[in-house]
Amino acid sequence: MTAPLFIPITKLPTGIPGFDHIANGGLPRGRTTLLSGTAGSAKTVFAAQFLAAGIIQFNEAGVFVTFEESPDAIRRNMAGFGWDIATWEAEGKWAFVDVSPQPDIEEVVRGVYDLGGLLARITYAVQRVGAVRVVLDSLGAIFARLDNNQVIRSELLRIVSVLRRMGVTAILTAERTQEYGEIGRYGIEEFVTDDVVILRNLIEDEKRRRTIEILKFRGTSHQKGGFPFTVIPGEGVVVIPLSAIELKQRSSNLRIGTGNADIDRMCGGGFFRDSIILVSGATGTGKTLMATTFLAAGAAQGDRVLLFAFEESRDQLFRNATGWGFDFEEYEQTGQMRVVCHYPEAASLEDQLIMMKNEIQSFRPQRVAIDSLSALERVSTMKGFREFVIGLTSFIKHQEVVGLYTSTTPTLLGGTSITEAHISTITDSIILMRYVELFGEMRRGMTVLKMRGSAHDKEIREFTIDGNGLHIGKAFRTISGILSGQFTHAAPSEIERLGRLFKDSSEVE
Amino acid sequence: MSTIVLQLFIAGRTPRTDNAIATLRQLVDEHLSGYPCELVIVDVLTDPQQAEDRQILATPTLIKESPSPQRRIIGDLDDADGLLAALNLPPSPPTS
Repeated sequence: MTAPLFIPITKLPTGIPGFDHIANGGLPRGRTTLLSGTAGSAKTVFAAQFLAAGIIQFNEAGVFVTFEESPDAIRRNMAGFGWDIATWEAEGKWAFVDVSPQPDIEEVVRGVYDLGGLLARITYAVQRVGAVRVVLDSLGAIFARLDNNQVIRSELLRIVSVLRRMGVTAILTAERTQEYGEIGRYGIEEFVTDDVVILRNLIEDEKRRRTIEILKFRGTSHQKGGFPFTVIPGEGVVVIPLSAIELKQRSSNLRIGTGNADIDRMCGGGFFRDSIILVSGATGTGKTLMATTFLAAGAAQGDRVLLFAFEESRDQLFRNATGWGFDFEEYEQTGQMRVVCHYPEAASLEDQLIMMKNEIQSFRPQRVAIDSLSALERVSTMKGFREFVIGLTSFIKHQEVVGLYTSTTPTLLGGTSITEAHISTITDSIILMRYVELFGEMRRGMTVLKMRGSAHDKEIREFTIDGNGLHIGKAFRTISGILSGQFTHAAPSEIERLGRLFKDSSEVE
Repeated sequence: MSTIVLQLFIAGRTPRTDNAIATLRQLVDEHLSGYPCELVIVDVLTDPQQAEDRQILATPTLIKESPSPQRRIIGDLDDADGLLAALNLPPSPPTS
C-alpha cells in the first residue's frame, strides 16, 4: 500500500447563498481566508454570516473576534438579518472575543509587547464553544490602536498559525482604500496569502454595484472573476453565481398552449415547457395581452401562473384582463394566480432578482410572465442588466416552467431594443409584434422569428385585437421591409414573378 | 491613601515577562514602599478567563486597578523611571 503524497485540500461549505457555488464548494478547510474590501463593502456582514450560517445550517459553533465594533453593536446590527446572536451565545454556539477599543480606559505603551493576551483569549474561546469557524474583524482597527506594525504583523501571523493548528476555518477581514490595487493596507497580504476574497462596492453610471471575487485559493479551484451580490434584510449576503451556472437544463418536448389557437399554430403547436419566449414589440402592439392570454390559459387548465408586472399597476392589469374576458381576481382567490407589481426603481436589479427567485420558489408556478423586461433595463448598467437576464433565465429554466418575457422596442416602426440584443441568444423563441403602415393605416403584424427545436410559421401575419383578444389573419403579401420599418409595397404581379424565381425548376410543369 | 492594586498580565514565562516583573518589583520596593501595595500576576495561558474578563490584548499588560482612574501600560516597562508618572501615582513619600 502506498501512502498518499499529500493531504488533499477540502472545502468547508459556508452556507452563504451562492458563495459556495463560485468557491467550488466553500472555503479551504482549516485555513484562514483574507476577506478584503473598502469601507461599506459588507465585510462584517459576510463574516458574521459565515458564523451564523454555520450555526443554522451545519450546527458548527463559531468565534467572532471583533477589533472594531463592540459585541453589542454587532448583535444589534445583525438582528435585521434574522440572526439571534445573543441566544446563540447563551447556547454556547457563538462566542465573542471583544478587542474593540475601550475609550474609557487609558492605555500607554512602554517597552516591547506581543499579542499573547489576544492569542490566549482566542484559543480559550475556540476551545470553550468547540468552534469550527472563526472570524477576525477587522484588522485595520488593531493597527490603529497599537503603534508597532512590525510586531502586530508577526503576532497576527502567529495567531493564524495557531488557528491552523487548531483546525478551524477562519476569515480575516481587512480594509483596502481602493477598489482596485493592493489587497490590503499594512502589508497583511504578506502573511495571509493563501486564500484571498475581495468584496467590491463599485459605482457605475451613478449606480452602486456590489461584486465578490475570489482572487485565489492556493492549491484548489474556484470560479474566476467578479460575481454580483446583494445584501438583503432577513437573508444577508446573497451571491449571484452567473457564469458558474451550468448549462444543463433539461429540455422538454412537452408543448404548452399559448392561449390562442392561431399563435399555437404559428409556433408549430405551442411553446415548449422549460423554454423562454421573448415577445418584442412597440408600445400598444399587444404584448401585455399576449402575456395575459398566456397566463389565463394556464390558470384555466389548473396551472399555477405568476406575473411580474413592472409597467402597469395591479388595477390596470386586472381591468384590462376583465376587458378581454379573463377573471384574474377569481384565479387569484383560488390560488392559481399570483400577480407581483413592482416599480423597477424600487430596488436594485440584484434585489429584484432575489425577490423574483423567492416568489418563483415559494409559489412554484408552471407559467411565469414578466411584463416588461425592458422596464428593468433603465434601473441598471448594461452589464448589470445582462447578468440579471442570464441569472433569471437560467433560474427559470431549472424550475420546469415556461417563461414569457415582453420587451418594448424604443421606436414605433421596426427596430430592436438593447434588451433584445442581450437576451435573444438566451431565449428559445422570439415573437415579434410590429406596426405596419399600410396605405395610411396602422395595422399590426406578427411573426415567429425563432422557435428552438421546432418548425414554425415563417410568415409575417397580420393580426387584430378586439374585445375577444388577439386574432391572427393572413400574411402580408404585398409589403416588405416590415421588420426594418422601411416599408415598400409591391404589386401582386411582381410577387408572383419573384415567387417563381425561387421555385425549383422541377416543380414548374 | 487607599491600597495601590497592580495587576500584571503575562503570557507564560519569557525574558520579556521577567523584565516586566523585575522592573515592577523594583518600582514597588524603591518607590512605593511607603504605601500599602498589592501586586497580582496573572498568567493568561493558565487563566484565560481573567484575560477575557479584563479584555487583555497585549502582554505584558500592567493594570493599575486602584486608586482610580484605571491605567493600563502595555509592554515590558523598559525601566522604573517615569513609570510612576505613567501610572499616575504620587512620587515616593519622603523617607522618614
